[in-house]
Amino acid sequence: MNQRKQLVVVGHGMVGHRFVQAAIERGLTETHDITILGEEPRPAYDRVALTSFFERGAEALSFLPGGAYDDPRVALRLGAEVVAISPRQRVITLASGEDLHYDELVLATGAFPFVPPVPGKDLKNVFVYRTIEDLEAIRAASRKAKVGAVIGGGLLGLEAANALHQLGLETHVVELAPRLMAVQIDDAAGSTLNRHIETLGLRVHTGAMTEAVLGKDKVTGLALKDRNPLDVDLVVFSAGIRPRDALARAADLDIAERGGILVDEHCRTSDEHIWAIGECAAPGGRMYGLVAPGYTMAEVVVDALLGGEAGSFTGADMSTKLKLLGVDVASFGDAFATDEDALEVVYADAVAGVYKKLVVKELASGGYELLGGILVGDASSYGVLRPLVGSGIELPDNPEGLILPAARGGVSTGSTTDMLPDDAQVCSCNNVTKAEIAAAVSDGGGCDSPACVTACTKAGSTCGSCKTVVKKIVEDHFASVGRVVDRSLCEHFAMTRQELFEVVAVHGYNRFDDIIEGHGRGRGCDICKPAVASVLASLLNHHVLDGANATLQDTNDAYLANLQKNGTYSVVPRIPGGEITPDKLIVIGEVARDYGLYTKITGGQRIDLFGARMEDLPAIWKRLVDAGMESGHAYGKSLRTVKSCVGSTWCRYGVQDSVGMAIELELRYRGLRSPHKLKGGVSGCARECAEARGKDFGVIATEKGWNLYVGGNGGAVPAHAQLLAGDLSREELICYLDRFLMYYIRTADRLQRTSTWLDEIGGLERVREVVVDDSLGLGSELESSMDRHVDSYFDEWKATIEDPEKLSRFVSFVNAPGTPDPHITFTEERGQIRADLVDGPVSLGASIPVGAP
Amino acid sequence: MTTTEARRVAPSRGTSDGAYRDAGTAICPLDRIARESGVAALVDGEAVAVFRTYDDQVFAISNFDPFGRASVLSRGIVGTRGEEEIPFVASPLLKQRFDLRTGACLDDPAVVVPTWDVQVVDGMVVVGARRETITSCEP
Ligand SMILES: Cc1cc2nc3c(=O)[nH]c(=O)nc-3n(C[C@H](O)[C@H](O)[C@H](O)COP(=O)(O)OP(=O)(O)OC[C@H]3O[C@@H](n4cnc5c(N)ncnc54)[C@H](O)[C@@H]3O)c2cc1C
Ligand code: HEM
Ligand code: SF4
Ligand code: SF4
Ligand code: FES
Repeated sequence: MNQRKQLVVVGHGMVGHRFVQAAIERGLTETHDITILGEEPRPAYDRVALTSFFERGAEALSFLPGGAYDDPRVALRLGAEVVAISPRQRVITLASGEDLHYDELVLATGAFPFVPPVPGKDLKNVFVYRTIEDLEAIRAASRKAKVGAVIGGGLLGLEAANALHQLGLETHVVELAPRLMAVQIDDAAGSTLNRHIETLGLRVHTGAMTEAVLGKDKVTGLALKDRNPLDVDLVVFSAGIRPRDALARAADLDIAERGGILVDEHCRTSDEHIWAIGECAAPGGRMYGLVAPGYTMAEVVVDALLGGEAGSFTGADMSTKLKLLGVDVASFGDAFATDEDALEVVYADAVAGVYKKLVVKELASGGYELLGGILVGDASSYGVLRPLVGSGIELPDNPEGLILPAARGGVSTGSTTDMLPDDAQVCSCNNVTKAEIAAAVSDGGGCDSPACVTACTKAGSTCGSCKTVVKKIVEDHFASVGRVVDRSLCEHFAMTRQELFEVVAVHGYNRFDDIIEGHGRGRGCDICKPAVASVLASLLNHHVLDGANATLQDTNDAYLANLQKNGTYSVVPRIPGGEITPDKLIVIGEVARDYGLYTKITGGQRIDLFGARMEDLPAIWKRLVDAGMESGHAYGKSLRTVKSCVGSTWCRYGVQDSVGMAIELELRYRGLRSPHKLKGGVSGCARECAEARGKDFGVIATEKGWNLYVGGNGGAVPAHAQLLAGDLSREELICYLDRFLMYYIRTADRLQRTSTWLDEIGGLERVREVVVDDSLGLGSELESSMDRHVDSYFDEWKATIEDPEKLSRFVSFVNAPGTPDPHITFTEERGQIRADLVDGPVSLGASIPVGAP
Repeated sequence: MTTTEARRVAPSRGTSDGAYRDAGTAICPLDRIARESGVAALVDGEAVAVFRTYDDQVFAISNFDPFGRASVLSRGIVGTRGEEEIPFVASPLLKQRFDLRTGACLDDPAVVVPTWDVQVVDGMVVVGARRETITSCEP
């Protein structure tokens, strides 16, 4: 019998997690049990995107929100610090004293922030920037602080400065070197970056040495050599990182000269059963402070443990692109022109704050090859340029064209993807080549969109800087095989919902017949008819059952209630904001009792009454109308509910009246027909009890007003809403929300929820431009069409019971209105009815007399 | 009113203008059914879905959706498929489409729902006999 091997991984960070994923995917768990020990209190998360913790929260960053791997042979233990390794016994010891045996040990302990030994470094309000806990502490301290300083003007330091700035602190950056990002960019680029950052209100001090952190108990200042001290009350050290190699040192493993666990090209340490990967490892004596090399090392070790042909780690691409305080900065390849024959091509526009440099080398043929470059202020060409490095591709005759703005003779980098060779590495984070991307969308690959390619190949899933190129390659591939991405609504309309919306609006159509005769073919179907119905409803806000429109409505809209599996309906009385008086609650109870309806509380703070026969619907609605209520749009592609927490009127923590706001919003947007269902939520403070960020629009109260989040949803693919604008007054909130919803209704595809629409239309930035900055000048038009909706709202159910023609739909049999549908039967469960299904058509027998009309 | 062309005349019972009762069960005036929609009717104790298409043809199929196992087909959306413009109804439950002429499911030809003869006589919709076999339908 084969004995299963014990594989222990120390460190559940980015690389440890990737290692386990690769081990599962590639079958290592067939032979090995894996135990992974993490010292942090939570499972691995996206440290690269750490700064977005402030906006998106910890959960959005998590790689393993459930806290466990799907494979039962992998055990994850959190809050478990390893304190010693005994290579000879092959045992590790945990802080709790527990010993664990291993056959193979993988160290993925990462790095820690280096804090120089200056006096005062242990004072209160001195932080580092590495974990979610660090950020939580910084955020908490920032509430009482005014001025912050970041020590270190490298990549991470600028990110930390960005964070302090966003937390509302006056921010200083103190850098010892003569320029910012000294490792990645040259002097000229550094001063361009300086100017950008200073115009944003940050103070940059380069060539400044920190001598001490001042203060008694808490920070009060920073002493700089040969300069005046700075008055600050919060300090973040970001002066570099050091590999966490202490465990390995104590176990007498070989350590690299400049720190890091020394490993060979298979990432094996000086002990044959111990491996090291990620930032704690130093292959060939050098450690790498980026995630991509760590991912490669993880794959290499999985290779070696699988025992097949082992891959090897032979260095890594240290290219970087990031957006700092809204400024693009990228550095790639031989950015400093260290090659003897290197030539530099520079384009600088001091006014626009753009600096671009290409490092090229003349080839024997007389053409040029790209060695590297630096881009500041505009890094849009990074995605195309970086893969050219080392590809041996000859640049176009005038390489400066690659960095000149289009208006001055530059080539649009969009058109240059065909310049890339197949083996060019497009995604450096995940080592995906152009050929692999093209393969994913070709016939065998099965992908039909850039999003699918990202899901399948991982290209674009880490830092995201390669996404535009991935998209372009996919589009170019489709174009080359003559395939147009078919966005037709259905066989009857060769246009998208957005195009249809425009056609209907421009021509002022109000009948399906005119639309399909003018712009479609055939007589429509269950896809285009409801889409047209929704567009007409958005534009006209008439009764959905008016005239011929009734026949366009989807299942639920056609009878103004939710169709359930046995042919009955459920009625969900509108309860705006979830607030209801006891009297109304009693009426709902009475209606349910009198009509024998199954009653359940929904996920959206409503009460759902199930099992209503179609012919009973009007009478049920009448009872509700008489009691001052209306039925609700718990069905259909329209506003469902605006959920709320109880807010400041009762809650000890509340800072605004969330219920009042939710009621106002629900009453404003009720009846609004949209491409997909729409949900909203309002929370009375940052504790977010209403889960508003799981909604298409979420409003969260702040001390100063309201934060507006958009693009969230629950369901099968949950998404968190993102901050569109903060600290809004009531008027601003409603103005932005009106514009946002109308913009969505006009431009989204059928059945596209706000989250996917947001991605497709160009992301949050784009929507903010249109909605907040009004860059298209559409604002007042969007607002007035929302005003029209609000002004013309009426109770559809009340209008139906008042109109005999509409009422005539609500019969069981047109020729036997008094006979209930015999297919509808119920059993009982927990004291209520439950829908029962029949096996086939039920015959009442010809004996039942049927009167002719 | 005689502009409406009768779709299928029940052959078994014989028809004559004005004598629609002989042809089967009169269910309602044609006007009562909006174009491109259906109604449910009780015919000899069975639930039948009767549809009127854009060009005023009438069709009758069982109201029972064999996928969803509920009596709902009359409440579906009526449309056409393809170049031949096959008239169909999509079940309101899970959207399977049924050919109104033959009762065959367009998404799963193995499933066929029963059909009835139906005609319009003097503006009245009359459902005749249930068809025994499914015949393929000439346009
Ligand atoms: C703010 C910020 C921004 C960044 N931006 C980028 C970027 O844009 N691009 C890029 O490529 N990289 C970036 N990085 C670097 C990137 O995050 C790291 O390269 C990556 O996280 C390294 O992964 P790792 O698994 O080696 O280390 P980590 O992710 O740090 O994981 C190590 C884990 O091991 C645990 N551990 C350590 N010792 C023990 C022990 N004895 N017992 C149990 N557990 C232990 C630690 O608690 C930690 O959870 C950024 C880093 C930060 C902080
Ligand atoms: C026939 C299908 C469906 C019916 C009849 C239905 C019905 C309902 C109803 C009545 C509610 C409560 C709404 C309210 O309180 O006003 C609800 C809530 C909800 N539905 Fe559905 N639903 C259906 C399909 C779906 C699907 C497919 C999804 C996921 C993609 C979904 C996701 C949700 C969610 C997340 C909520 C909770 C909303 C909240 O917490 O605010 N539903 N549904
Ligand atoms: S979100 Fe805030 S105001 Fe609302 S219930 Fe929770 S704690 Fe109270
Ligand atoms: S989760 Fe599924 S079963 Fe439950 S209500 Fe939604 S669609 Fe129906
Ligand atoms: S290069 Fe970072 S995700 Fe592709």
